Amino acid sequence: MGYDYDIAVIGGGPAGLAAAIEARENGIERIIIIERDIELGGILQQCIHNGFGLHIFNEELTGPEYAQRFIDMAAEKGIDIVLDTIVTAVSSDKKISFMNINGKREISVKAIILAMGCRERTRGAISIPGDRPAGIFTAGTAQRYINIEGFMVGKKVIILGSGDIGMIMARRIVLEGGEVIGVIARSSFPKGLTRNVVQCLDHYNIPLFLSHNIVEIKGKDRVESVIVAETDIKKQVIPGTEKEYECDTVLLSVGLIPENELSRLAGIEIDRKTSGPVVNESMETSVEGIFACGNVVHVHDLVDFVTEESRRAGKNASRYVRGEFKREGDYVLFAASGGLTYAAPHKFMFSNLPEKLDIFLRVDKVYYDSVIILENNGRELARFRERHLTPGEMIKITVKKEMLNNTAGTININLVPEDRKDEK
Amino acid sequence: MYDVAIIGAGVTGAAIARELSRYNLNIIVVDKENDVSCGTSKANSAIIHAGYDPEENTLMAKFNSEGNPMFDTICSELDVPFKRIGSLVVAYNEEQLQHIKKLYKRGINNGIKGMRILNRSELKEREPRISGEASGALLAETAGIIDPMLLTISLMENAVMNGCEYKLNFPVEEIERKDNSYRIKGFSGEIEARYLINAAGVFADRIHSMVSEPDFRIKPRRGQYFLLDKCESCIVNSVLFPCPDEMGKGTLVTPTVHGNVILGPSSDDLEDPEDLSTTSELLDRARNGARKLIPEITTRNSIRTFAGMRAEPDTGDFIIREAADSKGFFDVAGIKSPGLTAAPAIALYVVELLEKGGLELVSKKEFDPYVRRKLFQDLSDEEQDKLIKKNPIYGRIICRCENITEGDIVDSIHRPVGARTLDGVKRRCRPGMGRCQGGFCGPKVQEILARELQIPWEEIVLEKKNSYILTGRTK
Amino acid sequence: MKNELVCIVCPIGCRLKIEGDIENLVVTGNKCKRGVVYAREELTNPTRMICSTVKIRGGIHKVIPVKTEQAIPEKYKFEVMNLINNIELTSPVKMGDIVVKDIFGTGINIIATRNM
Repeated sequence: MGYDYDIAVIGGGPAGLAAAIEARENGIERIIIIERDIELGGILQQCIHNGFGLHIFNEELTGPEYAQRFIDMAAEKGIDIVLDTIVTAVSSDKKISFMNINGKREISVKAIILAMGCRERTRGAISIPGDRPAGIFTAGTAQRYINIEGFMVGKKVIILGSGDIGMIMARRIVLEGGEVIGVIARSSFPKGLTRNVVQCLDHYNIPLFLSHNIVEIKGKDRVESVIVAETDIKKQVIPGTEKEYECDTVLLSVGLIPENELSRLAGIEIDRKTSGPVVNESMETSVEGIFACGNVVHVHDLVDFVTEESRRAGKNASRYVRGEFKREGDYVLFAASGGLTYAAPHKFMFSNLPEKLDIFLRVDKVYYDSVIILENNGRELARFRERHLTPGEMIKITVKKEMLNNTAGTININLVPEDRKDEK
Repeated sequence: MYDVAIIGAGVTGAAIARELSRYNLNIIVVDKENDVSCGTSKANSAIIHAGYDPEENTLMAKFNSEGNPMFDTICSELDVPFKRIGSLVVAYNEEQLQHIKKLYKRGINNGIKGMRILNRSELKEREPRISGEASGALLAETAGIIDPMLLTISLMENAVMNGCEYKLNFPVEEIERKDNSYRIKGFSGEIEARYLINAAGVFADRIHSMVSEPDFRIKPRRGQYFLLDKCESCIVNSVLFPCPDEMGKGTLVTPTVHGNVILGPSSDDLEDPEDLSTTSELLDRARNGARKLIPEITTRNSIRTFAGMRAEPDTGDFIIREAADSKGFFDVAGIKSPGLTAAPAIALYVVELLEKGGLELVSKKEFDPYVRRKLFQDLSDEEQDKLIKKNPIYGRIICRCENITEGDIVDSIHRPVGARTLDGVKRRCRPGMGRCQGGFCGPKVQEILARELQIPWEEIVLEKKNSYILTGRTK
Repeated sequence: MKNELVCIVCPIGCRLKIEGDIENLVVTGNKCKRGVVYAREELTNPTRMICSTVKIRGGIHKVIPVKTEQAIPEKYKFEVMNLINNIELTSPVKMGDIVVKDIFGTGINIIATRNM
């Protein structure tokens, strides 16, 4: 059977670009990137702030600059690119249907790398009661209006959610001449990087209301005010603490959800905790030859980690295409517990492991001076000391292949906080 | 001067307009909102009721049972999605079983076919997720689900295609009765018509009192809903009702014709007919009501909450008549549930009343009953390929969640009664109805609207006239 | 004087403790040397990176992202915006092109951060 391409990459953002380039550098000839926007770069094109590339390039770049490096590399390597094109279906036998203004097409490929990124959680999904006027935006949509289309979304803005996007948009709006009443967060600690609390909020005198929530939005045609109340330790509203704030815009930065419509269509198994595909040590999904990387697998904080992860996917997709995968024995699973909300990849096959395996983890709250312990059937495999862990910063631990030798069943990855260290 | 002016471009007003457009008449529909279908027709349970619920010998019963069978033809003529999935009124105890038997008898008296009482196991077979405490249900096979906004828009579109005029942003301030006509005065102009139809929904009593002695009141009764993601669609197969109580049919769980699930409405009476806010208390009540029917239902996958307003008549029945003290002025008021189902039958009746009232009806030879509205995704592969070749913008998908193309959007703007707002595009061809709720496609739809209407981005609004989205350029 | 500071040089965000005076600054809590430099600077001459957009004609989008080549004195952060807001570029522009030279005599340029 003829294949149109060796590898098709769905999504031309940082994940797709890094994966495609890595596949080319590993000797794969026919690669295509299918991208829905009119240019490559994905979400980085609207992330005009800096903070990207510290690990990969040892420089601090803005999103577009980081993207341009990879866009240039992809062009140099002669990777096929279709823009303004949406993939409508992916099948488990690796056929891809896509369409653009030139028509509909179906291609057959040897391997697929999914790099579709994520979408934003909406107001409807968190059910803020009240009116439904104009002036309510998710932070990313507002970012697109301001940074790409060149429009202001409002004059007096309140932001719900202390994730990075919300804080970055707070600073952005102030710089563009708008007023930001504050950033409201249900949790008692900020969800995004501490660095952003400082350089986006503190430096611009934007108040951060932790342990607060927006309980009502008011406005007939356009937002007129919001009601903000304090929340207790269980994130429930404390009655009697409601305060009304006049504003004309509400920005929601309440979470990102990996965009896996196509993955589901292809019958790929989705992990409930990450909302992304279950992947093995090679970033391969439950369907042989379909790989995934970047935000579509789990939401990242640093694009540098996305690049590393995506290079692994690209490299392994190449190995797969060349028939170099060694599938011997059973999968060993990773199970996260004790404050760790998930581990990715979710499982590995020892025969197919590289020399070192990066495992990504997240914690459910702030921890100081803890230990992360990997244990299998009563035997400790490795431990990692961590000074300071926060939900807004993905953790990467690197395990040597030998450490995972002679394991079976499930490896428990457990976080033991400071005060319970001695028990172990 | 117009022959007939209709106040209100909801499903009732639109259905009447379409009926009248079959004849050689000058008709105009006015509405105070920025688009058609912005009142009750915008936010309701979207159900075509079987007709066992209204009491015998009421207008509600008559028009429900006459209206229901008309939907197959209407929806096929107007290309409006409609499915007869059947409804179940679920009983949990002996008292409720007696009640549904009563409803069954009432249905028979109202002339309804296709009903039967299901026992526990038959109910479970039809609805595997139904509460284990349910002991039986009244099944009505003729009940169905529809897209009420698209229905209203299509009715208006067909009326306009056939010569009807319409004016939006026309709130009626004053009505002057003249010898043989009515002068309707609004902030934005005046209109004169020989006959006047009051289809003003929650404001019908206010419009009525501009002309005639008040003899009814409309009590705004709000209903709040959850709209669930399509991934929840397997949770329910029919329209599920609890046994009705004094506030109405109760909180239901139903698939929507587009593959989502809605649960609601809760019910509360309000003073302000335009207060469509949702409240956590009543949303909780809607959720709890739904759980009684399907215990495992959650709103974890809710993509939207919204509220609609019912126009409850204090008379307890539809008010459809020529006002006694004002010849030529017709109330079509209190159109609450089963108003949507009744609308086509009400329209026929209103035309009869008009004729009795002296309006000459001469059939229009060139009346065309068809609205053709096919989304790109509903075409065959061959048709799709051809369409993209003919007009490449049909190859560009704008709304990823619902697979809507730029061609679909441009079409929705340039059709009669076309979209001019973001919500207008959403209601006509779906961008913004999916899980991202317009987060991704919003700016793109805005760009297309600005380009096609040749107005700056900043002038595109969300729905109402002053619901601006952008405040200006950054530089 | 401030005795606690969060270092923002990299995403780790070390919590710094600062004691002593400007001449004899004692900084603890930093994972690398840059933290000490940052602390000193923040206390004597705080600087900020400013990233924004500039109007552009003939490009694929209506605005093009720009940044200050290095961090500029904090006091100029809004004045820089005034400068930026009054510029209109014309495509093509290359990443790295100077958009405004030597702002406020600092020797620092504003440059484009992508091609357009």
